[in-house]
Amino acid sequence: MSNYYESEDLKKFGDIGRHAKALADDFFRYYGNVTGTDGALSKREKALIALAVAHAQKCPYCIDAYTTQCLETGSNPEQMMEAVHVAAVMQAGITLVHSVQMQNHLGKMVL
Amino acid sequence: MRDAVSAVIPIRAVPARSKYDFEAQLRRNGIDLPPLSVDTLQVNITKLCNQVCRHCHVDASPQRKEMLSPEGVEKCLEILGRHPQITKLDITGGAPELHPGFDALVERAVALGKHVMVRHNLTVQLDGNPQTGEGKEYLPQFFASNRVEVISSLPYHQEYFTDAQRGAGVFKKSMQAMRRLNAEGYGVQGSSLALNLVYNPVGPYLPAAQAGLEADYKRELKSKFGLVFNKLYTITNMPINRFRLHLDKSGQYESYMDKLLAAFNPAAATGVMCRSLISVGHDGRIYDCDYNQMLELRAAGADGRPAGIFDFDIEQLLKRRIRFGEHCLGCTAGAGSSCGGATV
Repeated sequence: MSNYYESEDLKKFGDIGRHAKALADDFFRYYGNVTGTDGALSKREKALIALAVAHAQKCPYCIDAYTTQCLETGSNPEQMMEAVHVAAVMQAGITLVHSVQMQNHLGKMVL
Repeated sequence: MRDAVSAVIPIRAVPARSKYDFEAQLRRNGIDLPPLSVDTLQVNITKLCNQVCRHCHVDASPQRKEMLSPEGVEKCLEILGRHPQITKLDITGGAPELHPGFDALVERAVALGKHVMVRHNLTVQLDGNPQTGEGKEYLPQFFASNRVEVISSLPYHQEYFTDAQRGAGVFKKSMQAMRRLNAEGYGVQGSSLALNLVYNPVGPYLPAAQAGLEADYKRELKSKFGLVFNKLYTITNMPINRFRLHLDKSGQYESYMDKLLAAFNPAAATGVMCRSLISVGHDGRIYDCDYNQMLELRAAGADGRPAGIFDFDIEQLLKRRIRFGEHCLGCTAGAGSSCGGATV
C-alpha cells in the first residue's frame, strides 16, 4: 500500500535538484555549512535545535534524521527529550500568548 | 598469492556484496595497506565472559568454554621474549581474567619488560567466574602491583545506554568496580596507573567525536559518582556476529553499511590497527585483528601458509597481505576506529 512519508524516501532528499539543480545546490551548500560544522554553536547543539524544530514542524523524515544525528554528536535521550519539550512549550506558549489578543478584543466587545 | 591463501585456509567470510567491497574502496582511493610492524601481540585467551553484551563481536557468554591452552600461553610468552620489537601484550576475551593462566601470563609478560594491557569489563571483579564461582575481587590490586594498563568498556556515563547494551545492573556494578580501581590509584592524577574507558554506540550509528565525549564522561562521572579515568576510546560497532544478527533481524544491515561506506575516510584507512598488530586466537591461530579472528579469516604469511603461534615467523607476517572484508568499513568510517579508539 502506498503511504505518504515513506522512510525510504529520506534517501531521495537529493532529488529535489531534479528540476532546479542550481537552487538545490545552493540550498545543500547552505544546509551543510549551517548544520555540518562546529561554529559559534557546536554540531551537537545544532542537532538538538534541529530535533526540536523537526517536532514542532512534525516532519517524520527530520525526526528520524536528527534523532540519529543527536546520537552521533553525543547527546543522550534525556537531552533529546528536553529539546522536544522546548519545542512543545514554545508551541503552547505561542498559543497561550495569543490569548492577549483575545483579551484585547474581548475588552472592546464587553461593556 | 591470494588464491594460494584461499586454497589452504577454510574461509567463513562475510559474503562479499560488491557495494561494500572494502578492497575496491581502497583501490578507488588509491590506498594500499601493507603491514608496518608487529608492535602489539593481542591475545584472545578465552571466550568465557560473565556478561552477554548485545553488540559483542566475540559472542562471549558465561556458557563459552574456549581457552588458550597452557602450551599456547607458553608459546605467546616465548614469542614475546624472542621479539623485542613486540613491545605490547594486549590481553582480551571474553573476560580474560577468567582464564586460569591469566595471572601468570600478566606477571611473566611484565617480567619480560612488556607493556601489558587488559581488556577488563569491570563487572568481573564483582561477578567472579560464572562457571566455577571463583571470586575476582583481587583484580584491582593485582593490576596495580603489575602496573597493567586497564581498558574497560563503559558504553555511556548513564545507566540507560549502558544497561541496554551490557545487561541490567551492569552500570551500577561498573561504577562500583571503577571506584575500586580508583582506590588503587587507577585514573588518578599524578598516578601512572592508566584506566582508559571504551565507548561503543548502543545501536547502528557512528560514535560522536572522541574528545567531546571524553569531556562529557569526565564531567559526569566525577560530578555524579566521584570517579576518574584517563582517556576515552570511541569504537565503532562492527557489523559481525551478535551485532550483525541484530542488524539483520531489525532490517538495518544495509542502512548501517551504507552509513559506514558513506563515512569512509582515507585518513582513517591508513591508520587501521591491523598494520601494527596481530591477533592470536584461543587455538593459537593468528589473525590480522580480533574481528577477522571471529570471522575465521586467518592470516597467512607471505608464503601463503596459515599463520600460528606454534610456527611463528615474524618476517613472513611482516610481508603478508592483510585480509579485508566488508566489516573493515567499520574501522575506516568517520574518525576511524581501533582498539585504541579513533585513529584520526
